[in-house]
Amino acid sequence: MIKEIDEKITEIELEIEKLKNEEIVDEAQIYVLKRQKHDLVRMCKDLDAHDKVYLARHKKRPKITDYIDNIFEDFFEQKGDALGKEDGSIYGGIALYKGLPVTVIGHRKGNDLQENIKCNFGMPGPEGYRKALRLMKQAEKFGRPIITFIDTPGAYPGLEAETNGQSIAIATNLAKMSALKVPVIAVVTGEGSSGGALAIGVANSVLMLENAVYSILSPEGYATILWKDSSRSAEACDMMKLTAKDLYNYGVIDDIIPEPLGGAHLNPKNVYKNVDKHISKELEKLVKLNPDELAKHRYKKFRNIDSNYMNLL
Amino acid sequence: MKIPNLRLLKRKSNQVILTDSVVSDMSVKEEKPSATPVEEAMTQCPKCKQEYRKIDIKENMNVCPSCGHHFVISAERRVRLLVDNGFYKPLKCKVAFSNPLDYPDYEEKIVSLQEKTGMDEAVFTCVGAIDGYDAVIVVMSSKFLMGSMGIVVGEKVTQAIEYADRKKLPLIIFTASGGARMQEGILSLMQMAKTSAAMEKFNLNGGLYISVLTHPTTGGVSASFATLGDITLAEPGALIGFAGPRVIEQTIGQKLPEGFQRSEFQMEHGFVDQIVSRDKMRETLAQILRLHSKKGR
Ligand SMILES: [Zn+2]
Repeated sequence: MIKEIDEKITEIELEIEKLKNEEIVDEAQIYVLKRQKHDLVRMCKDLDAHDKVYLARHKKRPKITDYIDNIFEDFFEQKGDALGKEDGSIYGGIALYKGLPVTVIGHRKGNDLQENIKCNFGMPGPEGYRKALRLMKQAEKFGRPIITFIDTPGAYPGLEAETNGQSIAIATNLAKMSALKVPVIAVVTGEGSSGGALAIGVANSVLMLENAVYSILSPEGYATILWKDSSRSAEACDMMKLTAKDLYNYGVIDDIIPEPLGGAHLNPKNVYKNVDKHISKELEKLVKLNPDELAKHRYKKFRNIDSNYMNLL
Repeated sequence: MKIPNLRLLKRKSNQVILTDSVVSDMSVKEEKPSATPVEEAMTQCPKCKQEYRKIDIKENMNVCPSCGHHFVISAERRVRLLVDNGFYKPLKCKVAFSNPLDYPDYEEKIVSLQEKTGMDEAVFTCVGAIDGYDAVIVVMSSKFLMGSMGIVVGEKVTQAIEYADRKKLPLIIFTASGGARMQEGILSLMQMAKTSAAMEKFNLNGGLYISVLTHPTTGGVSASFATLGDITLAEPGALIGFAGPRVIEQTIGQKLPEGFQRSEFQMEHGFVDQIVSRDKMRETLAQILRLHSKKGR
C-alpha cells in the first residue's frame, strides 16, 4: 500500500518542481497538487510492519552522511581497520557534538548505484567491524562518547568475509562494546538486520526512528528459513515484530524518535532536529555517570534485556 | 601481564565436591549396554559409505571406525565420556519456556523435543572434573531445534559463565548451533549481546574459557560466545561460519570450494588453535587445564 502512495507523492513533488520552474508559474495548479499530496500523506497514518520495512529501506531515507552533516560539526573521517583493509560499508570518525568531541560510527549506504557498490550497500565484512572497534577503543582512550547509526541489511555473507573471520569480528565487537567506559548511544535509523546491526549496537541507550525496523534477520531471510519461501516476506514482517513500537514494548530499545507522516525522506530537516534532540537528551543523562558506572549500566541493560519474557520454573 | 586467577584443585577423589546449593546431586556413569535391535541395525557412514552396525559406531564415541567421520553425539553422553568416571553435576537453571512472538505451535514443538531428546532445551550445563580439574562444562545439542539460541539457551549459557566466574572455575563450551532462534525474534538476537557481555566480564576477571566448535557452529552462536575463547578447539570436519553455505552461494552466485568453512579451513585461516578428534578430547582438555593450573609467574 505505502509503495503506491509514496510513488504517487514523488510524482506530485516532481510535478510541482517542474511547474515552479516554468516561466509563468501556475499557482492554482500547484495549489491543487499540494492538496493532493497533503491528502496522500495523511493516508500514511496507520502503517503496518511491511510498510515500515519499505520506508526503512527507502533510497531517499537520510543516511549517516546526512546525519553527520546536519547534526555534527568539524567531522574528521577515519578509514581502515589498521590490519590490512578499508571497508567502506562502515563510516566513522571524530566530530564535535554541541562543542563536545565524540566518535561517530555507522553503516554507510550510498545515494546511487556507484556509491552503493563502493560501500557494499551497507553490508560490512569483518574489516568494517574491526574498523568500528578500532574507533571505539580510541574513543574510550580519549574519553569521547560514541554515537552509532545503524542501517544495514546485515553483515555481508560473502566468501572473503567468511574467510577473514566475520563471526569473530562481530563477536569481539559485542564483547568489547559491552565493557566500554564511555557513553554509547545507538540510533537505528533504517533497517537493523541481524548480528550485522547489533555489532555496533551494544549501547547504553538504543534509540530508534519511528519507521525504522530492527530484527533478527531480514524478513526475506526469515521467510526463507522458516517456510523456504522468500516471497512470503510480507507475512514475515508481521510475524517478526520488528517495528519501533514492538521493540519498545519488548524493552529492547529505550525511546522512539518521531518521523514526519509518510516517512523521514519527506522532511529530513525535521528528522535531523528530532534525532539531535533525542541524542542530546540521552547524552545529558549518560555524561553524569563515571566510567565504571557507564560500563555497568550497559552490562546490566543487556544482561536483563529479556527480563520481561523470562519465565521462571 | 595479567595473571589468570584460577582455583584449580587436583584431587585424588573421583567424586566432584561441590558445596554450592544451585548444583543438584545427580551423577550418571557410562555403562556398557547390550545392543538393542535398533542398535543392531546397519547404518552407512555419510563420508566413506562404509556400512556399520549402529552399536559399533556408538561404542566408538559416535565416530566412524574407518574414516573418522564424527557423528552427532548427545550432549549428556559427550559429558559422560569426558569427565572423570562419568561423574558430573548439572547446574540448575530455573528458566522456563517463553514465546515472545506468540509463534504458532512453538510450545508444542518444544515439548515434543523435550520428550524426544530428554533435554529441557538445546544446551546442557554442568560441573565436572577432567583429570582431577574441576570445570564448568556447557554442551549444546544440534538435535534440539538445530541448537538454536533463544532466551532459555542464552540464559543457561550466561548463568553457566557467571557460575564459572563466581567459583573461579575454568569454562569449557562445546558449541553446536544453527544460530539465533527464529521463533523468538529480536530477543534471540539479544542473546548474542547478553552472552558476549557475560563472557567479556569473565574474561576481564581472568577466567579461562576453552571453546570447542562442533558441527555445526554458525550464525548467532558463532558470532557470539563460540568465537570468544582463550583457546579454540574444533572437532574434525565441523562446519563453522557466520553465514550458511547456501546463503553464500546465493550471494556470490557460484559453488563454494570443497572444505570451505570446515574446521580444517578455519584452522588454516587462523581461527582455531587445534583440531581435536573426539577420542583425544579428554586428554587435550586435561592438558590445557593443567597448563593453566599454575600462575605464569
Ligand atoms: Zn566413515
